[in-house]
Amino acid sequence: MRAFISSVYLFLYAPIALVVLFSFNAGRNASEFTGFSTAWYGKALGNTFLVSALQNSLMIAFTSATLAAIFGTMAALGMERLTPRNRAIFDALFAAAIVVPGVVIGIATLVALVAVFSFVNPALAAIWPGEQPPQLGLGYGSIIAAHGLFSMALVTMIVKARIASLGRDIVEASSDLYATPLTTFRLIVLPQILPSILAGFLLAFTFSFDDFIIAFFVAGSKTTLPIYVFASIRRGVTPEINAIATLVLVASLLLILTARILMREKKTKSGE
Amino acid sequence: MTAATNTKRNLVTAALVAPAAAWLMIFLVLPFIAMLVFAFGERAPEGGYQAAFTFAQFANLPTRAAAFWNTLILAPIGALACLLIAYPVAYYLAVKANPRYRLILVSLVVVPFWTSLLVRTYAWMYILGSRGIPNLLSMIGIEDVRMLNTPGAVLLGIVYGYLPLMIMPVYVSLEKLDRRLLEASADLGAKPVSTFFGVTLPLSLPGVMTGVALVTILLLGEYLIPQLLGGGKVFFIGNALVDLFLQSRNWPFGSAIAVTLVAVVVVVLMVAMRIAFRVAGTRQVDLV
Repeated sequence: MRAFISSVYLFLYAPIALVVLFSFNAGRNASEFTGFSTAWYGKALGNTFLVSALQNSLMIAFTSATLAAIFGTMAALGMERLTPRNRAIFDALFAAAIVVPGVVIGIATLVALVAVFSFVNPALAAIWPGEQPPQLGLGYGSIIAAHGLFSMALVTMIVKARIASLGRDIVEASSDLYATPLTTFRLIVLPQILPSILAGFLLAFTFSFDDFIIAFFVAGSKTTLPIYVFASIRRGVTPEINAIATLVLVASLLLILTARILMREKKTKSGE
Repeated sequence: MTAATNTKRNLVTAALVAPAAAWLMIFLVLPFIAMLVFAFGERAPEGGYQAAFTFAQFANLPTRAAAFWNTLILAPIGALACLLIAYPVAYYLAVKANPRYRLILVSLVVVPFWTSLLVRTYAWMYILGSRGIPNLLSMIGIEDVRMLNTPGAVLLGIVYGYLPLMIMPVYVSLEKLDRRLLEASADLGAKPVSTFFGVTLPLSLPGVMTGVALVTILLLGEYLIPQLLGGGKVFFIGNALVDLFLQSRNWPFGSAIAVTLVAVVVVVLMVAMRIAFRVAGTRQVDLV
C-alpha cells in the first residue's frame, strides 16, 4: 500500500518537477539536460507581449477578486437574514455559478454581452453629442464580470461556512452592552470572519489568474497570461514556456498555501 | 420589534445582498436566457446570430455526435479511473496515515488542484511529445512511438488533472467514519476484507458519489485536455463549442449545443443527488 501511495504522489508531482527542471535547461530538448541556465527566464521576461499579458492577468485577478470578496461577504452576511425561500433561490444561483462548466459560462456571457452591445451602441451613437460616440465592447470589463461571478459564489460559500460556526452569544452580549450594530460588526464579527474573507480573496485571485476557457470567450482582443501561454503552446513547445509555466506555478503555489494557512487558523480557533 | 426597526432591518438586508443579486441576474440569469434565445435562432450570413424561431439547430445536433460520444464515454471512464486511484489514497490518508503527517499529505493532494490546469496539462504535452519519452525510446532503438494525440493521452491528462478533486470528497467521508464501527465489526468476527466491504465502503459512498459527480460534470465541459493532448483527433463538446463560436461563428448552433450540455449536466447532478440521498445524508465537501 505504501508503495502505491508513494507512486501516486510521484505521479502528481513528477511532471510539474520536470517542467521546472527543464526551464533551467541550456538546451532545447526535453529528454536531455545539457547544462544549467537561466537564459529562458531572461528571454521570457524580455518578451513585451508576455509581460503585458501578465500585467493584464494580475489586474483582472485583483479587481475581480476584490469585488468578489466585498460583495460575496456582504451576500454571506445578508443571506442569513433573508426568508428561507429567498435564501434557497440565492443558494441555487450560487451553486449554478459554481457547477455550470466554464465553457458554458464563457459562451453565455459572450452571447448576452454581444446582444446587449448591439442595442446599446447604436442608441449611444444616436444620443451622443460629440463626433466620436463611445463603443462598448468585450475586454477587461467582461472578463472581470465573468470571473467575478464564480469568485463571488466561492467567497460567499467560504464566508457563510465561517459565519455558521460563529457563536451568537458574543454578538448578543455586545448589543446588550449598547454597542450599535455597526460597532458590533466592526469589533466582534469582522475580526472573526476576516481570515475566511482573505482566504476567499486568494482563492478567487488564483481562479481568475489561472482561468483560460472563460477569458478565451469574452476577452475580445485582449490577452491574459493563460491565453498567451495557450497560443504559444500551439506555436510549438519551447523551454521559454517552461520558464513561464514555472513562474505561474510558483505564484499559484504561494497563493494557495497562504489561503490554506488562513483557513486552518480558522479551524483551530473554532476548535477551542 | 417595532415596525420602524423592522423596515430598517429589511433595508440593511436588501443593501447587503443587492450587489450579488444584481451580479447573478446580469451575468448568470440574463446570459442563460440570451443563450436559450440564440439556440432557437438562425446563423446570420456573415456569422453570428439572426432572430428567428426554429428548432433547426437542435435537429442539427447529430452532426456533432462524435463530440458528444467522445465526451459522454471518456468523462465517466475518466471519473472512474480517478476513483480507482483516489480511493486507496483517500483511505490511506484517513485511516492509515500517521496523524502527524496527515495535514501535510492532504495539503500535497489539494495544492495541485489549485495550480493552473493549463500548465499541468502542458507538462504532459512536454513529456509525451516528440522530444520527450518517444525521443528517449528512440535512443534505445524503439522508433516512431506516438503517444501524444491519442485517446490514452487524453485519459492520462484527465486522471492527472482531476485526481485531487476525487481524493478530497472520498477522504472527507472516510475521515468522518466512526472507528468504533470498524472495531465492532472486528469484534463480531468479521475479517478485514468483509469489514471493508460491509462497513467502510457503504459508509463512504456519499463521498464517492460527490467525487464522481463533481469530476464527471467538470469533464463534460472540458476543453484544454482534449485540445492539448488529443490534438484535434480526440475532441470533446467543449472543443466543438470553441470551434463554433470562435472559428465558424455559428452562434445559434453553438448555443443549442451549450444548452444541451447544460441539460446533460443537470441530469448527471440529479442522478448523483438521488443516489447520494438514498445512500445516506449529504456531507459538506472541503475543497480547500
